[in-house]
Amino acid sequence: MWPAVALSLELATVTTFLLLLLGVPLAWVLARANGFLGEAVAALVALPIVLPPTVIGFYLLLLLGPHGPIAPLLGLRTLAFSFTGLVIGSVIYSLPFMVQPVRNAFRGLGPAPWEAALTLRASPLDAFFSVALPLAQGGILTGIILSFAHTLGEFGVVLMLGGDIPGRTEVLSIVIFNDVDNLQWGEAGALAAGMAGFSFLAVLVMFLAEKRMARLRA
Amino acid sequence: MPPKQITRRLALAAFSAVALFLGAAPARAGAVAIAVAANFTDPAKQLAASYQLKTGNAVVLSFGASGGFYTQITQGAPFEIFLSADAARPKKLVAAGLGVTGSEFTYATGKLVLWSATPGYVDSQGKILSSGKFKHLSIANPKTAPYGEAAVETLKALDVYDAVAPTIVTGESITQAYQFTASGNAELGFVALSQVIKAKKGSQWLVPQKLYKPITQDAVLLTPGKDDQAAKDFLAYLKTPEALAIIRSYGYATAP
Repeated sequence: MWPAVALSLELATVTTFLLLLLGVPLAWVLARANGFLGEAVAALVALPIVLPPTVIGFYLLLLLGPHGPIAPLLGLRTLAFSFTGLVIGSVIYSLPFMVQPVRNAFRGLGPAPWEAALTLRASPLDAFFSVALPLAQGGILTGIILSFAHTLGEFGVVLMLGGDIPGRTEVLSIVIFNDVDNLQWGEAGALAAGMAGFSFLAVLVMFLAEKRMARLRA
Repeated sequence: MPPKQITRRLALAAFSAVALFLGAAPARAGAVAIAVAANFTDPAKQLAASYQLKTGNAVVLSFGASGGFYTQITQGAPFEIFLSADAARPKKLVAAGLGVTGSEFTYATGKLVLWSATPGYVDSQGKILSSGKFKHLSIANPKTAPYGEAAVETLKALDVYDAVAPTIVTGESITQAYQFTASGNAELGFVALSQVIKAKKGSQWLVPQKLYKPITQDAVLLTPGKDDQAAKDFLAYLKTPEALAIIRSYGYATAP
């Protein structure tokens, strides 16, 4: 059970880190895009919220498998059954949980701080890092917490893609699934309670932080 | 729209919904609910179709790993018949009062196959297992699927288990183990003969029976079906020459 806990934590950490690198710039672009194309891309990014994990898992299996484009590119037979495969899957699966709150935060700033920074002759890059990012930190924190918690509990995509290898792809929720099927309800109960407790704390911290930031802004 | 008209429309919508539900219900109410071990998926579909044709009784099949079904049945799942992939679980269900005493019988004996979707990949002796050439060997979860257990027994009997252990990927049922192999994600896998016998694709090694304990697959009448004649008729149908011929056509051995 502990290797699975460690693996899930590792997967959630790596995924959240990658999502910060990918999701925040993407959220920035989408926050400033006004046309149809911007909304279409935003809708595409938001899809994993409503799509069943089996649909995502199915496409990932095609994408990462031996007949897909990615594995041969890396000189591998398949990316299924690997930690790398799970990371790719998790980044796609949790993408909206990072992009959505950060995009909203950027939108909430309005154009004023950005234009002020540019008027003071800050370069766009400088303005992004020293004005936009700090002002959107509430949304970024929400994105981090949601992405991390969402990936930590990931099940469907991993079941479709992982092959249940202890230490490599056997994540926490898969252990719970197997435990229930094997009538090992003691361990399943302990893991489930841990997961429920952690998720509650994560969401609570998020709400408290949001409340505090709203007060600071006022 | 005046409020009265809205109310009338809502009432009409609610009424249609109820009518739809009631209309759909009778078709299900009489149907025999059967939990089928994943390896028996294709023959069960064929058996159910010909049974329905003969008797007019409807059958609803659910497929999954035997272990998963066992857990669900102990938790009150409303299945009337369980076609397990082993003999132990039906016995335990009877002992627990969840199955009808004396209703268990062996409907098929399963055969294990080492299979690859690539023609010429698996040799006729299974020597590929000790070649170290493959990255992924797919098996069913040995804890919940008897075919997975048989696969592990085979690997241990061949003395290659420790060597291939790092390559093993596990499907939650034999169906997923087959899919991992058929999709090419795993180069080879231990599957049920019934899954590959009809397609005749790829390459295979029929694992000699001496390498693993016989996969004796037992059926059992569950308590929710104890007074259902249609459920008893289906179990009786499984013993008819016609049904046995269908079962054998998928590579299973049956009692003489």
